[in-house]
Amino acid sequence: MTDSHGQLSPTQMRLQRRSKGTLHVDRIPVSWWWGFAASLLALALAPLGISEYNLTLLVTYAILALSLAFAWGVAGILCFGQAAFYGLGAYSYAVVAINMGDSTLAVVVAVLVAGCAALALGAMMFYGRIGDVYLGVITLVATLLLFKYANSTAGEAYAIGTARLGGFNGIPGFPVLNVPGWPEMPITGLSLYFVGVAALLLCWLMFRSLAVRPFGRLLAGIRENELRAELSGHDVRLAKTLAFGLGGAVAGLAGVLYACWAEIVTPEVFSLGVSAEIIIWVLVGGLGTLWGPMFGAMLLGALKGFLGSQQWIDNGVVMGLLMVAVVLFLPSGLLPSVLRGFHHLRTGRQRRAMVEVKHEA
Amino acid sequence: MSMDIVFVSLFELAYTVATLALASAGLALIFGLMRVINLAHGEFIVLGGYTTIVALQLGCNIWLAMLIVAPIVVGLFGFLVERLVIRWLYGRTVDTMLATWGLSLAISGALSMIFGTTTSGVPNPIGSFSIGQYQVGGYSLFIIAVSTLLLVLLYLVLRFTRVGMIVRGAMQSADVAAALGHSPHRIYMVTFVVGSMVSGLAGGVLSPLVGLTPSAGGQFIAKAFITVITGGASVVAGTVSASVLLGTVAKVFELLSSPVVGEMALLISAVILLRVLPQGITSRWFKGAS
Repeated sequence: MTDSHGQLSPTQMRLQRRSKGTLHVDRIPVSWWWGFAASLLALALAPLGISEYNLTLLVTYAILALSLAFAWGVAGILCFGQAAFYGLGAYSYAVVAINMGDSTLAVVVAVLVAGCAALALGAMMFYGRIGDVYLGVITLVATLLLFKYANSTAGEAYAIGTARLGGFNGIPGFPVLNVPGWPEMPITGLSLYFVGVAALLLCWLMFRSLAVRPFGRLLAGIRENELRAELSGHDVRLAKTLAFGLGGAVAGLAGVLYACWAEIVTPEVFSLGVSAEIIIWVLVGGLGTLWGPMFGAMLLGALKGFLGSQQWIDNGVVMGLLMVAVVLFLPSGLLPSVLRGFHHLRTGRQRRAMVEVKHEA
Repeated sequence: MSMDIVFVSLFELAYTVATLALASAGLALIFGLMRVINLAHGEFIVLGGYTTIVALQLGCNIWLAMLIVAPIVVGLFGFLVERLVIRWLYGRTVDTMLATWGLSLAISGALSMIFGTTTSGVPNPIGSFSIGQYQVGGYSLFIIAVSTLLLVLLYLVLRFTRVGMIVRGAMQSADVAAALGHSPHRIYMVTFVVGSMVSGLAGGVLSPLVGLTPSAGGQFIAKAFITVITGGASVVAGTVSASVLLGTVAKVFELLSSPVVGEMALLISAVILLRVLPQGITSRWFKGAS
């Protein structure tokens, strides 16, 4: 291609712009770091205007959305039951925290349990070469199993150590997050929010840097053409299992944060509604991006909070119709489409300006 | 007397299998013939139930309400859904699943806005009768009869009528059917409406047995979904074989332990079956059956 932009067709320009991202194979683009810094600033300043109680929940949602954005958007694995790992994280945290009286080990165990459950389920599915649709069914069924089991655990018989699972009523009154090693110094309120923000940004950074590393490149290759990736000598099954496990672990982390925020864990965390919500966040935020689902989750989480506070329309109606509308009309997601719209407006104006300049010359 | 227990157990087993088959037949029809997975299927059933309730409140005869009104109303609703949503997504299975999942959230939300989140019931129109010393529900017998009739009817229509042949042909090769002058899109539309009607019928007939809540769709969709997927592509053979297998597993574990364990055993055995036979039961043993 020539260097003078004036001689390139719009298609060529778009191709060149697109290829820029892939040319720097091992570096995250500078523009991303600007976005990262802006998000950091916005999240740090947000408590000035909004209560940290609401914000902590939104950050939890963002982490949860990020976990599916990675599994689905980057690795191409559509999990219909991301809530399973979220709930497992929350439940494991509560159980271990009650038994230990300290949250440090509980956090580690919760993330490990969620991650290992995802690894095991993933290995069963990917080594069995199960197709997309069946993958959806199995993850959905796994979530339902956990939901039914958690609901049926009422009574003395269902206890792990000193923690009673409590059936339909869930587990209340477990120790919340504390400074590691200091059980008498709990992290609540604003400090819990900042812990959540740190976790969110770290997960985002981890997923983004994975995406430019060989492992991330392999996942993208598998997403685009699984057979080709396999014929190139890569172990597709292993890569997908690992990606699924990582997504599950991060969902478990979101579960821990939720448990500390709500201070109670009920079987509702395993419900189909939660799984559906995660998918809506990712769809609306834009499949294939990481930032989109994060902000989609925050926006829709805030919308849900607003809808819950009024009487005239049910939350499910809005979320459900939104999901249908996005699948039908905006397959690339609401946020990316809006951005692209702005981009078109701007470049359109520039192009018109250039044409006028040419005419004058 | 021990013979009575055997009869009662068999009767209960038949009843479990029949409810499973009834709840999955509509979904099986749509999935088997169109490769479309309707995740709003559970809400279609619940809609059939609520239609029955409303018709009863308006003074309609109960049999008329569950056998005629419910299928027609849900069929009309299915027609709207097909025209507005499904038809844009043919050939995109995952997108269809996502859109219909959104639809299911919207329907159950709308139902809870209209009817509230309380449980509504339909009176049981048939009393019980006795096998030896045991009392069993007469309505269960009715369910077994309806379920059997429905499946036999579906089989006969698909296997021996011209319409059935055209539908099966369009399923095997939409292009050839189109070349012979049958519009695949019209066939899909009619299939979807008929599938919705079957779901509506299931909802109407099952409504006296289950307490209806707006969120009850979830318990139907899980069972129906795995029954259909486990059964595989053949509509009637798949539904029957998967219902018998999964229903038996559920019933045996329920008798050994508790209903919750029974349901969990059903789900677990379905997952294992899918792992072993990813294309469903009929992919191996009933190939080519309708």
